[in-house]
Amino acid sequence: MKFLKDIVEKLEPQFEKGGKFEKLWPLFDGFATFLFVPGHATNKGSHIRDSIDLKRTMVLVILALVPCLLFGIWNTGHQYYAALGQYTALGDGFLEKIMFGSWKVLPLVVVSYAVGLGVEFLFCIIKRHSIQEGFLVSGMLIPLCMPVDVPLWMVAIATIFAVVIGKEVFGGTGMNILNPALTARAFLFFAYPTKMSGNSVWIANSGEISQQVDGFTGATALGDLASTVGVDKGSDAVAGVMTQFGSEGTYSMMNSFLGFIPGSIGETSALACLLGAALLIFTGIGSWKIMLSMLIGGLSMGWIFNLAGSNAFMDVNPVHQLLIGGFMFGMVFMATDPVSAAQTETGKWIYGFFAGFLGIMIRVFNPAYPEGIMMAILFMNVMAPLIDHYVIQSNISRRQKRLIAQTA
Amino acid sequence: MNIKIKKGLDIKLLGEAKSEMVDFKSDTYAVKPSDFHSVTPKMEVKAGEEVKAGSPLFHDKYDANLKFCSPVSGEVAEVRRGEKRKILEVIILADKETSYLDFGKADPKTLDANAIKEKLMGSGAWASIKKRPYDVIAKPSENPRSILITGFDSAPLAPDYAFALKGQLNHMQAAVDALAKLTEGKVHLSLHSKKDAGELDQLKGIEKHTVNGPHPSGNAGVILQHINPVNKGEVVWVVSALDLPMLGKVFTEGKYDQERLVASTGPEAKAPKYLKLIAGVQLKGLEQETNDSETRYVSGNSLTGEQVSTDSYLGYYHHQISLLKEGKEKEFFGWIDPGLSKFSASKSFLSTWLSPNKARNIDTHQHGEERAFVVTGQYDKVFPMDIFPVQLLKAILVEDIELMENLGIYEVAPEDFALCEVVCTSKINSQEIVRNGLDLMIQEMS
Repeated sequence: MKFLKDIVEKLEPQFEKGGKFEKLWPLFDGFATFLFVPGHATNKGSHIRDSIDLKRTMVLVILALVPCLLFGIWNTGHQYYAALGQYTALGDGFLEKIMFGSWKVLPLVVVSYAVGLGVEFLFCIIKRHSIQEGFLVSGMLIPLCMPVDVPLWMVAIATIFAVVIGKEVFGGTGMNILNPALTARAFLFFAYPTKMSGNSVWIANSGEISQQVDGFTGATALGDLASTVGVDKGSDAVAGVMTQFGSEGTYSMMNSFLGFIPGSIGETSALACLLGAALLIFTGIGSWKIMLSMLIGGLSMGWIFNLAGSNAFMDVNPVHQLLIGGFMFGMVFMATDPVSAAQTETGKWIYGFFAGFLGIMIRVFNPAYPEGIMMAILFMNVMAPLIDHYVIQSNISRRQKRLIAQTA
Repeated sequence: MNIKIKKGLDIKLLGEAKSEMVDFKSDTYAVKPSDFHSVTPKMEVKAGEEVKAGSPLFHDKYDANLKFCSPVSGEVAEVRRGEKRKILEVIILADKETSYLDFGKADPKTLDANAIKEKLMGSGAWASIKKRPYDVIAKPSENPRSILITGFDSAPLAPDYAFALKGQLNHMQAAVDALAKLTEGKVHLSLHSKKDAGELDQLKGIEKHTVNGPHPSGNAGVILQHINPVNKGEVVWVVSALDLPMLGKVFTEGKYDQERLVASTGPEAKAPKYLKLIAGVQLKGLEQETNDSETRYVSGNSLTGEQVSTDSYLGYYHHQISLLKEGKEKEFFGWIDPGLSKFSASKSFLSTWLSPNKARNIDTHQHGEERAFVVTGQYDKVFPMDIFPVQLLKAILVEDIELMENLGIYEVAPEDFALCEVVCTSKINSQEIVRNGLDLMIQEMS
């Protein structure tokens, strides 16, 4: 450690004001503070400070994402081999599945980080301020919410879009209105719908597989459910889909919970998401209020649909609804982004509830947007300032009433 | 009234003062105009003049009756000025024995409000009365809704009021009687349910409130929220119980006596204890009190105090000295350190789980660089007021006067935000922001 410290201290003057590489200060600062928490002592205000900083906060979120990433890697391999009819048992071919999954997933992660951090550094050099850590988390979220077969160049474009339009134009980390990772996903969803929805992107190399394997669809649980909308509930086609959701089917409650189903890389395993949630709640970094209220919101909508029951999609058990698609992933990692979520504690309850409620509603009512959660969270991101406004307004009017009461 | 404070944080810092006391003296003493926020000093003495304890050194440019007086007798050694001839310190070379200017004994019960004000302002004692809103020295012409005496301090390692005020009952009672004449409302006293109130408990003619809960439960702003929230246009005066003997002696002994017990505390203090001294004392002697050369000397407590050098002097409002270790170490991969012995209010360090109640040697390391507001809900946990702290800070930053008013700027002082500053992930200096906001309000409202 000593020799690293020496190197950093030796290089420092070259990047400081008047040094040879003055313009690259943010770059140097970014790396140096990544290695060492800088030795700044407090110079105004409180003399003692909490040991936490934004880097640690962000790194803990990345740690919380690790179960989703690892499971996503394995599941990418598993889905691929299972579709080909090889290693269909869960325990078989562990190494092959990991190898294949890594080969598919890691490039997405690398591209996302390289492009995103590159853009961030560029902005920091132009705006002459130090690197803010926001992208550390976005860089991991972006690949995890993508289908595995998305081309790398698309990820690059989406990342640039998310960082520039989603964040930097508002002033950078802490100032954005929309969740950057969801902005990236939404951008691809509307710009390149064929690569972000349908049946051919969720399992790696779907195109090849469908030529080799008869009857291969590559569909996701949500895609199959969407196909039942508008079809008579009693028809054979619907019954065929719904057996998949039975206890022996591909999308059984247990499979959906553990994540042995196709879908975006990081989203399939509710268990992995919950592990992440546990770390976030345990360390106090993710808001349990948003997670809980979003869960309640989703269950409520699912239950209301059960009562209506006009098609097979509505009949799905509310708990099962939440386990498929991106609901759990969105709930734990996307909706809880403190910058784009509601910022008042009361507001968080309202924000989370409607994110869950609307997420399930969009999913069922508009099968063209099977990933309703993304839409719902982005919509609630936009609504969050309004929710906060009314929460704060109630505090203001309380104060004004007190003034009137005391002066009267 | 019983007041229960739930939000807040008691920071466990090493170095609590033991109940022993030693005399602490210096050759020179000083009054620092910077202690009196928003006062513009106008000098009344020149270097070389002889003064007594209670002789005015300077007065407020906008109120010539508001005097700031010498705490000791001796010769004015220097009027030290800084940039643009700003007066930094008025330094007095002290006599061996302090001789006091005689203001004449009087029973405050027999005096009217004007006579009391005149006595306190002329003797230099008035500056210890502060006001909400704005957290500045009370304006004698205003009519406060009530007066609050804070009977305990909840800040880290704060002095024990029962010990510091022992034997001062009759002076304190005189001060209370005098204060009672200055308001048509009540005189309130806050006491903590778990701290010894000592002689404060025996004060008469006062409304007592028992407060229970962690810091900042001792802050005037927090207590006022419960007993008398400051509305627009209202004024409440605030006095620390530690200043009551000084205020009282103006009547009982007819003199301006700034002798006090100051708690010398902190992890770097060799033997944390009480120092019997006169406010304005030079802190030179503190060098012997610390273990280390890398010590930060703070006049006041570790949250709101002022960093001073040992050539400098104890502040007018300070009854505590904190000796902290300077934290300058670069921490390798600090963001992933499990943190077995780190101080944090967040739950992201193992220390918070394994040894939450252990007193620590918390140094002055900032632990990270300043960032934009990112984490939410963090301030709310340590801010026990019916106010949205982050929103108020943002209103101040954009200088939106109406919004600041609506969000409760009149109810807060910078000290109320000290804990927000401590726990902040983004290392935002909220006390400074609040001070700027209050100054802006003073400007706008005058």
